[in-house]
Amino acid sequence: MSRPFAVLLPFRPGDGLAGIAGHRADRRAAAGLALAAGLILVHAAAHAATAGAKPAVLETLWRWTPFLLGGFVWNIVISALAMAVGTALGFLLGIAQISQVRAVRAPSWFATQLLRNAPWLVLLFYCMYLLPFQLHVFGTRIGIPDWLKAAFGFALPVMAYVSEIVRGAIRSIPAGQWESAEALSFTRSQTIWMIVIPQCLKRMLPAWMNLYAIVTMASVLANVVGVSEGLTAAREMLAAEQRVELLLPVYAYVLLWFFAYCYPIARATVFLERRWAVAH
Amino acid sequence: MAAGGTMSGISGDAVVSLRDVHKSFGATEVLGGISMDVGRGDVVCIIGPSGSGKSTLLRCINALVPVDRGEIVVAGMTVTSPTLDKLALRRKVGIVFQQYNLFPHKTALQNVMMAPIHVLKRDRREVEELARQLMRKVRLSGKEACYPGELSGGQQQRVAIARSLAMKPEVMMFDEVTAALDPETVKEVLTTIRELAEDGMTCMLVTHEMGFAREIADRVYFTDRGVIVEHGPPKELFGSPRDPRTREFLEHVL
Ligand SMILES: Nc1ncnc2c1ncn2[C@@H]1O[C@H](COP(=O)(O)OP(=O)(O)OP(=O)(O)O)[C@@H](O)[C@H]1O
Ligand SMILES: [Mg+2]
Repeated sequence: MSRPFAVLLPFRPGDGLAGIAGHRADRRAAAGLALAAGLILVHAAAHAATAGAKPAVLETLWRWTPFLLGGFVWNIVISALAMAVGTALGFLLGIAQISQVRAVRAPSWFATQLLRNAPWLVLLFYCMYLLPFQLHVFGTRIGIPDWLKAAFGFALPVMAYVSEIVRGAIRSIPAGQWESAEALSFTRSQTIWMIVIPQCLKRMLPAWMNLYAIVTMASVLANVVGVSEGLTAAREMLAAEQRVELLLPVYAYVLLWFFAYCYPIARATVFLERRWAVAH
Repeated sequence: MAAGGTMSGISGDAVVSLRDVHKSFGATEVLGGISMDVGRGDVVCIIGPSGSGKSTLLRCINALVPVDRGEIVVAGMTVTSPTLDKLALRRKVGIVFQQYNLFPHKTALQNVMMAPIHVLKRDRREVEELARQLMRKVRLSGKEACYPGELSGGQQQRVAIARSLAMKPEVMMFDEVTAALDPETVKEVLTTIRELAEDGMTCMLVTHEMGFAREIADRVYFTDRGVIVEHGPPKELFGSPRDPRTREFLEHVL
């Protein structure tokens, strides 16, 4: 009983719906969601207490927690993999966007814009149906599981966003840095990798972490294309329990997991933004 | 002799030679036929009103800016040749800018070491020794581990000079290197440049410090609207300028 309250305590009730348009909209909305989730749990607990025979809602949730977490882990795996692949490819795409060769620059720009302005779910569908379910490498068959395909599906928009983040950061480096590197005989690629990119990393990190939190939350979309993850686990649990009063608490519980995972990332992002805003 | 350039007919002992150099940006002519020779060990100052093309002139010499017409030869390399090896040229010509442009993510010592290690591919230990020596030369011993953000403008500018020197250039160019500094720190940078000149380094300075130009220069060039209006030893140019434009400019700044 005391667990959800521990989550509730630090927040003032008024914060939840206020100031959505403000600078801290993200944080306040997140706090609001946590508040809502907590309230639902409490409400369900009260409801269950009067119901008698069946085990209390919280107790049921607690019993299913390992199962639900087992699903939630896939959200983390899929989103982390999507970020890893998308960041590596997006970095190259972003650098290609500032290439001096038009034949490299133009297609990278186009690919970036295309992927950035496509619905994620559509990209996900494309990956699910376009990627083969197995690969033949030197005569051996290597299966590609669905969750891996989904990770690639999310890696596409990540790649486009990272590409834009990289391009923007590179353009924010003063021209004098390029000029002195050139005057010191550094080649263009040396200048990019040794002088420009290291200075960009700091500028990119907050936006990149923000993207990570968004991808983690978006990873439930994988459920739509039949990949098992946190939301699938919640559905399976509900199907097994067959209790209407569990419906809202279970989804609220899953939501809390996402909140607990993403909110610290958002906070760290804000912290880094503030700290580094002073630095230059 | 030098990689990527052909020997030219321009006279033997000049390290930098320009013949009738023209440069336009779009419709604006910035250099309208510049000719000059800088001998080994010479110190020349270029003065002139803002926008007269002084920075562009220096940038043409190390091929940061391509010229439209004319010939530039630096240390035996024809800068204006289409087969120029730019990297080889820039090893011979150091340039220091008004805005220092140190790499902010590297310490002072690393700033000095980077180019010799990654461009010249020299041994790291050897380079470090050279870098420490150069830091002493610009009177910044003890500041090796500081990041540019922790140094004053004058100190950053001296690191920038050391960074250029680490490439062991034959010519050093300075583009208004004291223009962004406080009066107190101007002196320490000028001291560094003076010592370099005394060591026999060939120097080309664009400067607004007339007193310094008078003291240090072998020759002073006065430029206006992309041409050299007149040049000569500082005594003559400052003492008895012949052209009315020079006179007007000097009255303005002195
Ligand atoms: N990359 C460029 N593109 C277009 N115009 C340029 C460029 N660089 C310089 N110019 C123009 O060329 C002219 C000469 O510029 P330059 O910087 O060489 O003058 P300067 O004598 O160094 O002036 P200052 O004393 O203000 O530094 C100016 O009118 C400037 O606007
Ligand atoms: Mg200038």
